[in-house]
Amino acid sequence: MKELIARLVEAYGPSGNEEQVRALIQDEIKAHVDEARVDALGNLVALLKSDPGGQGKPPTRVMVAAHMDEIGIIVTHIDEEGFLRFAPIGGLTPLTILGNRAVFANGVTGTFGMEKREILPTEKPKLDRMFLDIGAPDKESALKLVSVGDAAAFSRGFAQAGNRLLAKAMDDRIGCAILIQVVKTLKRNPNDIYFVFTVQEEVGCRGAVTSTYGVQPDLAIAVDATDTGDTPEARPMNVTLGKGPAIKVKDAGMLAHPAVRRLLVEAAKGLGIPYQLEVLEGGSTDAMVMQTSREGVPSGVVSIPCRYVHSPSEMVDYDDVTNAVKLLIKVLEDRVTI
Amino acid sequence: MEAKELLLKLAEASGISGYEHEPREILREELKAYADEILVDPMGSLIAIKKGNRRRGEGGEPHRIMLAGHLDEIGLMVTKIEKGYLRFTQVGGFDLRVLPGQEVVVHGTTPLPGVIGCWPPHLLTEEEREKVTPMDELFIDVGLDEKRAAELVQVGDLASINRQAVSLKEDIVAGKAFDDRASVVAIVECFKHLATAMHAWDVYGVATVQEETGYLGAITSAFRLFPDLAIAIDVSHADMPGVPESETILLGKGPGIALGANIHPKIHERLVQTAKSLEIPFQIEPYPGATGTDAWAIQVTREGIPTGLLDIPLRYMHTSVETLSVADVQRAGRLLASFIAGLEDKKFLEFEHASSIAF
Amino acid sequence: MLLQSLSEACGLSGNEAEVRNLILKEVQGLVDEHRIDTLGNLITLKRCSNTGAARPRRVMIAAHMDEVGLMVTHIEKSGHLRFSKVGVLDDRTLLSKVVLVGNDRVPGVIGAKPIHLLKEKERHQVVETDQMYIDIGTSSREETERTVKRGDYVAFATRFSRLEGGLVKGKAFDDRAGCAALIELLRGRDSYPFDLYGVFTVQEEVGLRGARVAAYAVEPDYAFAFEGTVCDDSPKKKDLSPTTVLGGGPAITLADRSFFADKRLVKLLVETAEKNGIPYQFKQPMVGATDAGRIHLAREGVPSAAVAVPCRYIHSPVNILSLSDFENLIRLMSLSLVALPTLWPLP
Repeated sequence: MKELIARLVEAYGPSGNEEQVRALIQDEIKAHVDEARVDALGNLVALLKSDPGGQGKPPTRVMVAAHMDEIGIIVTHIDEEGFLRFAPIGGLTPLTILGNRAVFANGVTGTFGMEKREILPTEKPKLDRMFLDIGAPDKESALKLVSVGDAAAFSRGFAQAGNRLLAKAMDDRIGCAILIQVVKTLKRNPNDIYFVFTVQEEVGCRGAVTSTYGVQPDLAIAVDATDTGDTPEARPMNVTLGKGPAIKVKDAGMLAHPAVRRLLVEAAKGLGIPYQLEVLEGGSTDAMVMQTSREGVPSGVVSIPCRYVHSPSEMVDYDDVTNAVKLLIKVLEDRVTI
Repeated sequence: MEAKELLLKLAEASGISGYEHEPREILREELKAYADEILVDPMGSLIAIKKGNRRRGEGGEPHRIMLAGHLDEIGLMVTKIEKGYLRFTQVGGFDLRVLPGQEVVVHGTTPLPGVIGCWPPHLLTEEEREKVTPMDELFIDVGLDEKRAAELVQVGDLASINRQAVSLKEDIVAGKAFDDRASVVAIVECFKHLATAMHAWDVYGVATVQEETGYLGAITSAFRLFPDLAIAIDVSHADMPGVPESETILLGKGPGIALGANIHPKIHERLVQTAKSLEIPFQIEPYPGATGTDAWAIQVTREGIPTGLLDIPLRYMHTSVETLSVADVQRAGRLLASFIAGLEDKKFLEFEHASSIAF
Repeated sequence: MLLQSLSEACGLSGNEAEVRNLILKEVQGLVDEHRIDTLGNLITLKRCSNTGAARPRRVMIAAHMDEVGLMVTHIEKSGHLRFSKVGVLDDRTLLSKVVLVGNDRVPGVIGAKPIHLLKEKERHQVVETDQMYIDIGTSSREETERTVKRGDYVAFATRFSRLEGGLVKGKAFDDRAGCAALIELLRGRDSYPFDLYGVFTVQEEVGLRGARVAAYAVEPDYAFAFEGTVCDDSPKKKDLSPTTVLGGGPAITLADRSFFADKRLVKLLVETAEKNGIPYQFKQPMVGATDAGRIHLAREGVPSAAVAVPCRYIHSPVNILSLSDFENLIRLMSLSLVALPTLWPLP
């Protein structure tokens, strides 16, 4: 699975530009699902139909979602000297980008720089005083490489640190990897499972809005990375790397439906795998909008604890990842009822 | 139950967003006598249905009106257990200034009384004394040691402010969660009036969930019901010293009838006419943009729903001493019932030159 | 001139009737059908030229009727009006302006304390809205209440006129320029090989609310939003984006705070412009939001794009635009619509 994760995290896919990631995923799952389609916004919606010989009742429609997009930048202006001004795509903080590189869809690479004048050593850098340098000597040369509106993502390779994995875009390619692994491993399936790889989560969960409306699930589970409270002087938070997948209770955008939370907790207990309950104070996931679809969809989240979220080096624990796969399989191999 | 008694009972129940079970059961019991049918949707909103008991003038299927008041209240949630002390975050928007020194109930395996601890002023520097303590420095003290606390409490457990409602003077009462149980009581009052009235429209009284955390109950129940007309009921800031008159309505002077982009102008007009004809005191409440209520979500459901908003004047919103006049709640209930009894066809909702051919 | 009457009409978010009636008069003969929904959106339909098609494709073009302005929130004992902003306005632009209060257009002024009475410190401080008031010349609450009510809408009393160089000035070009362009587009051709829904939306300025319900109702296959958009092309100290440039042609959105434009539609617009020698520009990405931000999320999703007339000083009492940009927007769109069926997936 590590090889799959490495390929996914190294793929290019800032929000609105998920084509490369989608192609990779399509290739991985096509042999294992009954149908797969790409909707108007670019979500990849794959259906795994329930095993024949059901119980007479129509199968439960379960949606499991992970987002394909990652944070990045979009070029807003190219100046006379060939420097690129940019706006953030998603939650990008100046401190995490200084000294880092960004890469465009066509492979053009640049480094982030900052206006030197008027910035005091004690001052926090601001994105509107930063720029991307792609090595172009002037505007004309820059225009041959990139255009206004082009998006770039962090450029950073996959690495292992002990049992932990380090990469950019772990949020949420790790979720994509888990879904792919589940699709490939599932032995028994009494439900109609929609595996949805969504777009534009980082800019407001837009892909989940339209895909959930289309799928019309009875129940939905998002799989995403979440923050932890286990680093020096972190905000109090009860999520620790390596202590198992986190089952969401609440984040800044939603309260997990108690029935979905219970379903996940009981599956974890049944398997005897470690799990943690998560209350996240900042940020949310696709589940925030999935629950509001149509007449309401009971929704929950399986979170993968992830340190340094939204930086070029996001860290997850490999055991948490494999336990999340087991947890989802356990939930999906039985008929889901709430 | 009398309006006041029901209000105090509902307000003392704990129903933090996402966990509205307690007030929902009280409400269900109370509405049984007045509703034809009561159901709870998968999100947890309670829907009480009272069918129309007369035919509309022009005949045809009965039209449907939705009344929405939210059941949930703001509260606290445990984020971490630290040496027996409980760290917490908020569900909905609390005013940090009111938290230190509050008594709470932690809804663990069993209800646990506790207090939100604060440092004695003796130990604070001058600077610290002038600063509001941020949430992540506050904690709940339930008096337990680490081991016992971990047995009785887990991350994600809720805590509510422990507050018994008090009667201040005549019909002025103070307590927690009047936002928005007062509106739920107004809906009950409306149903009581309708029990003895003739009305052509079917009435769907909805106690919505999770308003404080993003209108979830209103969004989903309005999609489900897709009524011909909806009125949300919520609370609005009443006059308080230090707050400009332009930002408040008056306590005890009747419900506010909202006006602005969120409100269908004809519903506003008709509510005003109804109040005038019954001599129910009311106030005009302009909203230049978002109303921050269920009405905001309901209006843009599906193809759009003609929506109105009634406001019950309330002082000290989102504290545990929210103060209101019970008479205002009763007036809102009466106004709603008369509005409903007067409904015939939907033509009054149409704009000028509304259509050429239907398509 | 159509743009003039649209600009001088008053129609704040939630009170678009005057603008709607004016538009309705213009489009009645140009469309096959129209209706007004419960929020006040004016939804018009020009039927598909190919009447044999089972379910013709639907294309929706949205322009919003509402404008930013003020609302009366309180009447003082002295008769002065306190107000709040409807939509986003800059406090710095409000003082010393003439306004029209209520549907009867009662004239008033936003007064300012004379400079002679200001303390040195106050001269450099922006006055916030809650400190301002409107004077309609009355001297008591009773007198004011004869003509003005709490909740009345207040619009700027800006007149439309021509400037040198093919420019015009007026108010509410965001988005009456879009409304005017949409009307001209409907006038331009009898029909297209698809159902064309021209939708004049409400409440864009308070949260893209009209477009949301209209798109749900129309269920379009493709959508465009017409806008009057930010233009900041005055000289600056730093080499930064002007967002758009006046006279540079219609501005195509690649991405803004509310949506990413559909890449196929952007390509179509660009190719059409280049083939026909129509000037165009890309709007600075990630600035502003448009109705497309809600339309593209309707139901299962709608590929959407936004094109705009650059307007200087939008969201203030007076705006400037170039008529050549306005005309080029209409040309670009009418040619692009003809080419649009090339995007249909093969049957």
